[in-house]
Amino acid sequence: MVLELIKVSKRYGKNQALKNVHLSFETGKIYGLLGPNGSGKSTMLKLMTGLVFPDEGTVTLNGEQVTRKTSGESAYLTELDMFYDAFTVGETIEYVASQFADFNSEKASQLLTELRLESSQKVRSLSKGNRGRLKLVTTLARDAEVILLDEPFSGLDPMVRDSIVKSLLKYIDFENQVLIIATHEIIEIEPLLDEAIAIYYGKVIGRKSVESLREEEGLSVLQWFKQLAIEEEGGEQ
Amino acid sequence: MGEEFQASKPIYMQIVDKIISEIVQGKQQPGDKLPSVREMAVQMGVNPNTIQRTYTELERMQIVESRRGQGTFVSENKALMEELGRNMQEEIMENFIKKMEEIGVTREQLVVLLQSYLGEGQ
Repeated sequence: MVLELIKVSKRYGKNQALKNVHLSFETGKIYGLLGPNGSGKSTMLKLMTGLVFPDEGTVTLNGEQVTRKTSGESAYLTELDMFYDAFTVGETIEYVASQFADFNSEKASQLLTELRLESSQKVRSLSKGNRGRLKLVTTLARDAEVILLDEPFSGLDPMVRDSIVKSLLKYIDFENQVLIIATHEIIEIEPLLDEAIAIYYGKVIGRKSVESLREEEGLSVLQWFKQLAIEEEGGEQ
Repeated sequence: MGEEFQASKPIYMQIVDKIISEIVQGKQQPGDKLPSVREMAVQMGVNPNTIQRTYTELERMQIVESRRGQGTFVSENKALMEELGRNMQEEIMENFIKKMEEIGVTREQLVVLLQSYLGEGQ
């Protein structure tokens, strides 16, 4: 499987959200789209799912153009809270299962058990951490080739983060899936990544394997990112 | 996130060090089976490819051996295991001496200081 963004640009009104982005992603790896808030990470994920269409360039999955019609082929965890409060956890799972042909109910029930969610609990009564967990269940339970997570840890305490990281590592099918995580929490995500992609105000300013960064340059991802951002600022002036 | 890692050293090497230290401490015994790559990745909260590199490196160092279809095992080579312990002692001492020298303590002073700290030679 290959997911590609080919010379993609996207603007919202006057605001250039992404500028000439050229990237490819392959099965079996975990990628981090890293950058401050407002740098274009979410836009990039939406382009990959087909929920947003580029102004210039194309996005392809296995050589086929990604559009709104193909958006069911990737599992996308949004930053937004997307559940019906009146549903129970079990009803939420059933609802998501009815929407996606690739939903794996067995995986979902394993994940529910693992993350200690009760089917009978009302979504309304869930804590913030448990809502975060439920979002993850509905995304990870899909046998999609592409798993996209937008700020999966935002606002969650370290215990919840830890359980989310463990579930990711346990339930991602590395033979068939690629995991792309957009986050500004660089330090926390680093050990999880194969590759880090630095995004700064709509531009991809760097891409590196996390371990070779440490091995060859003695830099953590955050240190590397800061250097790139400084160079970028210098270049602009 | 399960573990904290230093900024400048490759993560796979930090896990190599951790496993060696567990062997020296006797938490992992010769002949023990290590968790699978995936299990270890989950335990440590790191990328499975990183753990794969850790295991490859440990194998290269002959500290573990992988048996086809069975998994990865701590070596039963006694001499090697003793050497690991000595290497670790040396490394700790080197660091200690280096740091003392950095703050202006000579090697002669260091011996005296150490004896008095340990309550000997008084």
